[in-house]
Amino acid sequence: MQQLIDLARAGAPSLGSGASSAMAGAASVQVQQGQVRATPSFLGKIVANLKYGDKVQVLQTQEPWAKVSAPGGVGGWMHLSALTEKDVQLKAGSAEAKTSATSDELALAGKGFNAQVEKEYQQKNKVDFTWIDRMVDDTVTPEEMQAFLLAGDVTPEGGAL
Amino acid sequence: MISRREFMGLLAVLAALPACETMGQIGAAGAQVAASAGMISQDQADEIGSGAKQAAASFEDFTPEQEYYIGRSVGAIILQKYKPYANQAANAYVNTLGQTLAAASDYPQTYRGYHFLLLDSEDINALAAPGGLIFVTRGMVNCCANEDELSAVLAHEVGHVSRKHGLQAIQTSRITSALTTLGLAGAKAMGGEELAALTETFEDSLKDITSTLINNGYSRASELEADESAVIVMKRVGYQRAALVAMLENMETRLTPGGADFAKTHPDPKDRIAELQRVIGMTAMGRSPKPRTARFEAFRKEMA
Repeated sequence: MQQLIDLARAGAPSLGSGASSAMAGAASVQVQQGQVRATPSFLGKIVANLKYGDKVQVLQTQEPWAKVSAPGGVGGWMHLSALTEKDVQLKAGSAEAKTSATSDELALAGKGFNAQVEKEYQQKNKVDFTWIDRMVDDTVTPEEMQAFLLAGDVTPEGGAL
Repeated sequence: MISRREFMGLLAVLAALPACETMGQIGAAGAQVAASAGMISQDQADEIGSGAKQAAASFEDFTPEQEYYIGRSVGAIILQKYKPYANQAANAYVNTLGQTLAAASDYPQTYRGYHFLLLDSEDINALAAPGGLIFVTRGMVNCCANEDELSAVLAHEVGHVSRKHGLQAIQTSRITSALTTLGLAGAKAMGGEELAALTETFEDSLKDITSTLINNGYSRASELEADESAVIVMKRVGYQRAALVAMLENMETRLTPGGADFAKTHPDPKDRIAELQRVIGMTAMGRSPKPRTARFEAFRKEMA
């Protein structure tokens, strides 16, 4: 029974573009808020939030977590899905981006399907994003999650909170 | 500078090429032909060449940021079909439960995270847009007898997001088109031509996803993957995996054969139960602790 579950886990697709279990060295944050945690656990305390495009050094990986250090003395565990081995460049016009924009090592933030494309689509089709904007603003903090589990007598794998 | 007609024609030629291992070579060769014909510059041809090389890959080429923008529009289209159930307390409960489950998934860090919204419909339906926007109808909530069963519904939808089933519904030709357009634009800001072409590709991609979500459903294999992901996440968080089986049993009694909701887009609950029991065994549901039952009942009152 456990074997089947392990198999299902092993069959999961790769975690975000460019992330891999063998990630080492430099990596970039590929999400808007890259959570850095004190421990490699989904309930681990968040010690810092890194921004899209921020660079980190991966010191070690413990699938699916990476121990990272970032400028400013930031250090902790990030889920691999937040990271890419590509160098994320925020400005499309920058010199570095221009010389290597099409290389496999570089990802341009805001390139492709982006806010500009959405605006064009919205104007053409009269699509309403009011509720979508409301949805994405509603974020539950790790502390609220912990309190919710505790209050509901829900005990996560690996022991009580 | 090439004309819009030539540009669209070039896109059509490149997009019509079949996706295969030689895609990169064919795309690059096509671009070189276009360059020698004077349609585009050599620099542009080289950029298309490298763009086409990437096109041999797949939905995995979308960055989390692009996945997010696709998901936003898919969500907006879902909300043209279903009205939100604008009850703050009920939506807060579903978000707390859902976001906790998503945090324990294999893909917890999407570009802007997971968010849940209840829909005011008696249809039995739940839909997940790429990047983590998840919608659940009142009819689906009525299939859940307790919080563990609701966690099964939400975890199943999180499973579709974490396995990127929505993105996989996008035809490869759209991804080829998008990458080709971006190859033409290079590192520069998009011009009007590129924006128009990319928006067209965007719309086609949305149609691929929404027709799958709303009309055809995912493959049976994808549904079973989402069920497997669900029971893994439920175990990590501490919910009873047998709740997914119990919820499916409730659903079986409530689904209208031939209905335009889960009856149309999902395998028969009986088949899903049989597959699930192969993974988790024949575990029976235990009782819910009192405080968990109490808050679920409060939620159900908000939904009435």
